[in-house]
Amino acid sequence: MPDPILPVHLPSRSASAATPAAAVTRRPAGGMFHSWDLSTGVDGPGTRFVAFLAGCPLRCLYCHNPDTWHLRDGRRIRADEIVSEAAKCVEFIRASGGGATVSGGEPLLQPVFTGELLHRFKHDLGLHTALDTSGFLGTRATDALLADTDLVLIDIKSWDRALYRHLTGQRLAPTLDFARRLADLGKEVWVRFVLVPGLTDAVENVEGVAAFAASLGNVTRVDVLPFHKLGVAKWRALGLDCTLADAPVPTGDQTAQARAVFEAHGLRTV
Amino acid sequence: MTVQQTDATTRTAWDGFKGGLWCNTIDVRDFIQHNYTPYEGDAAFLAGPTERTAEVWRQITDRFPEERAKGVYDVAYDVPAGITAHAPGWIDREKELIVGLQTDAPLKRAIMPYGGWRMVAGALRTYGYPVDPQLEQVFTRYRKTHNDGVFDAYTPEILAARKAGVITGLPDAYGRGRIIGDYRRVALYGVDRLVEAKRAEKAELDAPPTDPARLEETIREREELAEQIRALGELKEMAAGYGHDISGPARTGREAIQWLYFAYLAAVKEQNGAAMSLGRTSTFLDVYLQRDLEAGLLTERQTQELIDDFIIKLRIVRFLRTPEYDELFSGDPTWVTESIGGMGTDGRTLVTRTSFRYLQTLYNLGPAPEPNMTVFWSPQLPGGFKEFCAKVSIDTSSVQYESDELMRPRFGDDTAIACCVSAMEVGKQMQFFGARVNLAKTLLYAINGGRDEKSGAQVGPATTPVGGAVLDYEEVLARFDEQMEWLAETYVHALDVIHYMHDKYAYERLEMALHDRAVRRTMACGIAGLAVAADSLSAIKYARVRPVRNETGLVTDYLVDGEYPAYGNNDDRADSIAVRLVEDFMAKVRKHPTYRGAEHTQSVLTITSNVVYGKKTGNTPDGRRAGEPFSPGANPMNGRDAHGYLASALSVAKLPYEHAEDGISLTNTVTPDALGRTPEERVRNLVGVLDGYTTCRGFHMNVNVLDRDTLLDAMDHPEKYPQLTIRVSGYAVNFVRLTHEQQLDVIGRTFHDAL
Repeated sequence: MPDPILPVHLPSRSASAATPAAAVTRRPAGGMFHSWDLSTGVDGPGTRFVAFLAGCPLRCLYCHNPDTWHLRDGRRIRADEIVSEAAKCVEFIRASGGGATVSGGEPLLQPVFTGELLHRFKHDLGLHTALDTSGFLGTRATDALLADTDLVLIDIKSWDRALYRHLTGQRLAPTLDFARRLADLGKEVWVRFVLVPGLTDAVENVEGVAAFAASLGNVTRVDVLPFHKLGVAKWRALGLDCTLADAPVPTGDQTAQARAVFEAHGLRTV
Repeated sequence: MTVQQTDATTRTAWDGFKGGLWCNTIDVRDFIQHNYTPYEGDAAFLAGPTERTAEVWRQITDRFPEERAKGVYDVAYDVPAGITAHAPGWIDREKELIVGLQTDAPLKRAIMPYGGWRMVAGALRTYGYPVDPQLEQVFTRYRKTHNDGVFDAYTPEILAARKAGVITGLPDAYGRGRIIGDYRRVALYGVDRLVEAKRAEKAELDAPPTDPARLEETIREREELAEQIRALGELKEMAAGYGHDISGPARTGREAIQWLYFAYLAAVKEQNGAAMSLGRTSTFLDVYLQRDLEAGLLTERQTQELIDDFIIKLRIVRFLRTPEYDELFSGDPTWVTESIGGMGTDGRTLVTRTSFRYLQTLYNLGPAPEPNMTVFWSPQLPGGFKEFCAKVSIDTSSVQYESDELMRPRFGDDTAIACCVSAMEVGKQMQFFGARVNLAKTLLYAINGGRDEKSGAQVGPATTPVGGAVLDYEEVLARFDEQMEWLAETYVHALDVIHYMHDKYAYERLEMALHDRAVRRTMACGIAGLAVAADSLSAIKYARVRPVRNETGLVTDYLVDGEYPAYGNNDDRADSIAVRLVEDFMAKVRKHPTYRGAEHTQSVLTITSNVVYGKKTGNTPDGRRAGEPFSPGANPMNGRDAHGYLASALSVAKLPYEHAEDGISLTNTVTPDALGRTPEERVRNLVGVLDGYTTCRGFHMNVNVLDRDTLLDAMDHPEKYPQLTIRVSGYAVNFVRLTHEQQLDVIGRTFHDAL
């Protein structure tokens, strides 16, 4: 079994993380796109048009979309094309009370593209907008981009720095910095926390995320997401070894306990 | 103005009601409009089941395992059905509040030979009951049946199309159903007043017609009215057997339910219709129940108890059918469809407390496929009702939704659904049910010059087979057009024959006695295999499809190179093909004359027959393999929708209702997580989905909220899930009563999971 601390088994992590800014600045109205969905209840309030962008600098052990890790997993597309796809659903979204979400991958890997999409979803289509991010590349989000974002869904995967690195291959600090910046801006935030028994469920770890989230003042909801294995098939299809393939999923009690920790800090959990 | 009547009984019965046109003419809608109390609140007022209710229901559910194991619980094999054919029967005479059974015992099925003797004899043999030789002689030698009549008049072409499976499911050996008597009339007016009105209608026809074209119709109508009057008499007699005199109007809420139920019961005692729908009764009954509540004659608990008892009766309607029928429409469906909610043309909601009470039975008695609870959805519905509907859907998967916004402008606000998706104005409109044709197979006929892809037989007209190494879109379209022309003509004529004979040999006298004389008739055609046909054409247009021919030149397979846009992704390239097919076939159907001048309509609906249609259809150019099931109704094909079930729904919403006024069916199955993370959020989001779909002109949506694991477990351990209900293309079934193949189809169908 490969040592999970050393992310040497992760494919081409340096390649994907190194070049994106250049790639997107050359073509400001477009970027590398993975897919879109019209879905309900998972990527922000109501029924939403969700644009999944390609490429992510993180290699989360429990990632359920490993097929979106690389920019090259996507296809080059103009923002126009996505906006017109979303426009076809606008009547439905308005009537159902939803919006549009830019997700990934990590959308802030392509900040210009992401900013363009959020701007046009909000101003051309008049939709509520959400950004679904790990926060790791939060410094790339301009104030203008955030002004076009009504809600940020931010993953705080762990409070323990070493564990965060183990889980994602990256540093925790940028995510926390980004979360504080959103708090300063008074931006509405939903925090997401994936509960993996034996990995992220230590009381002090959950407690740390909860205390931090509560200190921000702009977190209106915390999604405690029980780890699931629906993504394992994707790892296999890509020829990757999912180290959590045999890990246990949380019991109802374990999930309830984690929620209780957040609620003890006055946070609303679902 | 309140009602002033000279007749003492009527005065008591109508005491406190606001008068109107309804006092002088038979007009139930007018009565409702003048007297109902819209309810804009939430579900907090509802009451749970009483011990009595639980006990009566338990006496029924105790019999279900035996019924499931044997296929039927019992059969009254020696008495042909009729309104008064069977002695009265009870579940528990002391405890029942609403009485009346189809035969003399619960779950005991009647034989109904007027539709056809073969089906009756076949069913009796299947279930091990004796076939009475005397009855057999009567119905094979002395009394001709509907089935005999139809086959006397079918043409060789119809027979060939039927045998090949390009036209299937025709009601030529069973009752056509889909006729909704206005059962409310019996409660509001009493039988005597209805007889009087029918006599007056008959008198209008006493003068011999001067127009020769009216001659036959006049004689037929007179005979029909005489039959209707006779049936009303038998209805009274049947009710008297239970100790109720229904010659006058109902005086209380309980009587109103009982009178209405007797009328419905008379219909299901006599007719084994493919769908025996109830109509739109909750708001009508609410007027009576509200009056009793206000007078202190009932409590909420007692009111709910009456509704629960009524619903128990509707849950145990049974018909004797053959295994072949069950293969098409499995799970023993009766389509006791009840239409609930909607908005009035004056802007008031038609939701009442009793609309809630009907849905509450799904909690008080547990989930069930029947009655087929159908909510008329409008974004204008009161919020409390919307949320309750969504909650019931999430908890029971037993509710279907149809767009009030599409129906109300066309059919008015006293419309009900017959069967699954067929709208009709209650008491003023009926349909000639026409099952459906297989469009996917017709496309294969187009490619093969009218020859059947499985048998090689020449079924359709002999046109030039499509040649070449790669199929050409324009050429295929031209050939398809020719085959569709032939199909439409053959199909409509088959329906003319069927309904002529049904009127002649198995006329629905009681149901028609509860209609106006001048009834609007529709000829309800239908199409199956829409998604397969649309995707096949899309493949031919956007990818390269190479036909594979056998030694006789028959194309039996297709090789698809490249990608093609599939119907179900909100992509106009494919969706416009589906839209065009609906429009084209409807246009062709409209060219042909119909029996009794019925208006042409069509549905995009399969019920569960999508499995059987698939079995009868060879490989198709979309890459589907021979024998694989079609998608149900208007659903896109399983697994080809890449953007979630709502993008798929938006494709279906593009199908034009004005060219498919008999309904467009969409079934969605989602896991709870795909609606949200908390119960409240799921309710809110499902309300949003229904508002969105209706706003986008979607017509019908079945909503199943289920886990795949539950269904898999139910396949292995049916005894643990006696009431597990799942919606399938326009109706609901007990999952454990589906055939193994259909269970696999349901599970294999895209489960819309949230990732």
